[in-house]
Amino acid sequence: MNLKMRDLLFIGACSAITLTFISCGGGNSGSTILVGEFASLTGKEATFGISSHEGTQLAIEELNASGGVLGKKFELKTEDDQSKAGEPANVVNKLISKDGVVAILGEVASSRSLEAAPIAQQNKIPMISPASTNPKVTETGDYIFRVCFIDPFQGTVMANFATKTLKAKKVAVFTDVKSDYSKGLAKFFKEGFTKAGGTIAGELDFNGGDKDFKAQLTAIKSAAPDAVFVPGYYTDVALICIQAKQLGLNVPLFGGDGWESETLLNIGKEAVEGHYFSTHYAADAASPKVTAFVAAYKKRYNGKVPDAMAALGYDSAMFLADGIKRAGSTEGDKIRAALAATKDFDAVTGKMMINEKRDAVKSAVILQVKGGAFKYLETVSP
Amino acid sequence: MEWFFQQLINGLALGSIYALIALGYTMVYGVLRFINFAHSDVLMLGAFSAYYVAPTIERVLPLPSVLGALVIILISTLICAGIGMLIEFLAYRPLRNRPKLTVLITAIGVSLFIEFTCQHKSVFGADTKPFPNLLPSTDFHLLGLIISSNDLVVVFITIILLMALWFIVQRTKMGTAMRAVSFNQQAAALMGININKIISFTFGLGSGLAAIAGILYALKAPGIEPLMGVQPGLRAFVAAVLGGIGNLPGAALGGLLLGLLETFAGGISGLSNYRDGIAFAILILILLFKPAGLLGKATVEKV
Repeated sequence: MNLKMRDLLFIGACSAITLTFISCGGGNSGSTILVGEFASLTGKEATFGISSHEGTQLAIEELNASGGVLGKKFELKTEDDQSKAGEPANVVNKLISKDGVVAILGEVASSRSLEAAPIAQQNKIPMISPASTNPKVTETGDYIFRVCFIDPFQGTVMANFATKTLKAKKVAVFTDVKSDYSKGLAKFFKEGFTKAGGTIAGELDFNGGDKDFKAQLTAIKSAAPDAVFVPGYYTDVALICIQAKQLGLNVPLFGGDGWESETLLNIGKEAVEGHYFSTHYAADAASPKVTAFVAAYKKRYNGKVPDAMAALGYDSAMFLADGIKRAGSTEGDKIRAALAATKDFDAVTGKMMINEKRDAVKSAVILQVKGGAFKYLETVSP
Repeated sequence: MEWFFQQLINGLALGSIYALIALGYTMVYGVLRFINFAHSDVLMLGAFSAYYVAPTIERVLPLPSVLGALVIILISTLICAGIGMLIEFLAYRPLRNRPKLTVLITAIGVSLFIEFTCQHKSVFGADTKPFPNLLPSTDFHLLGLIISSNDLVVVFITIILLMALWFIVQRTKMGTAMRAVSFNQQAAALMGININKIISFTFGLGSGLAAIAGILYALKAPGIEPLMGVQPGLRAFVAAVLGGIGNLPGAALGGLLLGLLETFAGGISGLSNYRDGIAFAILILILLFKPAGLLGKATVEKV
């Protein structure tokens, strides 16, 4: 045989193309079901991304250990979006068009989920966000789902908590005007609380990243509220708690899931003791599902206690597997229909159903800071 | 009435921090006639030096304690003085005879460089770190008012440093040389003054002040991150301008005034969102009537 250089190149190119097709085909027709995940594994919100990724990974491993679904095992393809704007679009495009995933899991931050959602929608690939609570995320289209509750619900939950558990009549609201999350929560809290017969004793604002809150806290103190609602993020909240204590503002402070971080305890120390916040799940809740998950997670990740993001990451993968099983197929539109029809899914973060807006309807838990740790207080149903 | 006095105390405490930072701005300006925008980042580096030095010191001295705090402040001040001199040597000295605008833009560049380098995860990382409690602190209750001992420490240190700076600038040989350089660099050089040495010293002194301010600021709000200097730095710069830039007592006065304005504006329910707007509107009004600042002297530039 007398092959010329040109022929050799041609054969090489052909086999390369064939190989690419074989490796790509794994997504839909191979022996595995390829699932794409994008998360902030590095960068500013790395702790959120790492937690949700670890939860997702654990769920995939458990699913495969029990034989997978439809006789196929799952394969998880994870991309890091570096907590950067612009990156989610890149990596989700790659997951869908190059890797050929059947579904997308991600992200925690609403802004990044919002960036990826139109791409998933356009390609008719179902996307499940574990923890984006902004209502806009699932409004993108009918292929976008989430396994967490949304901000209006969380605001209402805290309003009920203030009236029923704290027995507060007058509550001051201290909002971070820089954050849509905080403003949204404050709005729904005020609506719920005044509807329940309470009065708003004062509305003060701060800018996320401020370090001195004494001016506003002094004004709040002179309004003499029974409690203060602070829907902020943990770094600001910790400083607010410290300065409230210094000013002798000795009433309960309470907020939303933005409080949940070890950093709150590390910075706030004894000043955050006794305060409350709502979140998605409690690691110390007495439910067999939670106990089993916490034990499995600790075993897999060297004794690390899973936080809400890890639990939601786990639930997002389990929810997808349940949908694929009920759909009996890995085709996008069939999975979508099955997910949308979910009525009673038993997740680690509580029983949930999917409403017509593709948001999860489920209960929230209230945690209290006690003895330098987050302790489960009560569950609030929708 | 109690509310009024409590806000007065809050405002003075916040204002003293601004005053302390403004001293550093105004001193460098007084000698070199340019704003060192990296000042607010040296402040952040001061807080981080203390954060990393504290565990080592704690092995020898108990913390929180006055002596331990003093040692940590001293070490951090020296580190930052060194960094300040280094910044001057690397970034500003090569531009000494260029237009002032070039140096100003370089200062902004240095500031951004420090901020974003420090946010990298192999340097400090972008997340907020808990600042250790260096000083034993109590809250004094007086006629329904609450005064934190840390706030008193800030006021006390600001007064001491203001007097020390005034003494250095007015009564020492180094200070005389600084004033000479400020007046006319070339003439000062002809009189046998080592310009490089004087400018280095000025930067060291200013950066040391920034480090002290950074640590006191971190004691007040014990969560530190690489961008922590930006907001107070900006306010302090405004305070320095308000007091009459280049004037030491003016910087202190401007800082106090700005702290009070912000606190009173921020304490109004429903209006707290506009606190910076209110505070800065009043500042603009003051500057309209006193363009050279409260204590600044209007100078005529000879062309």
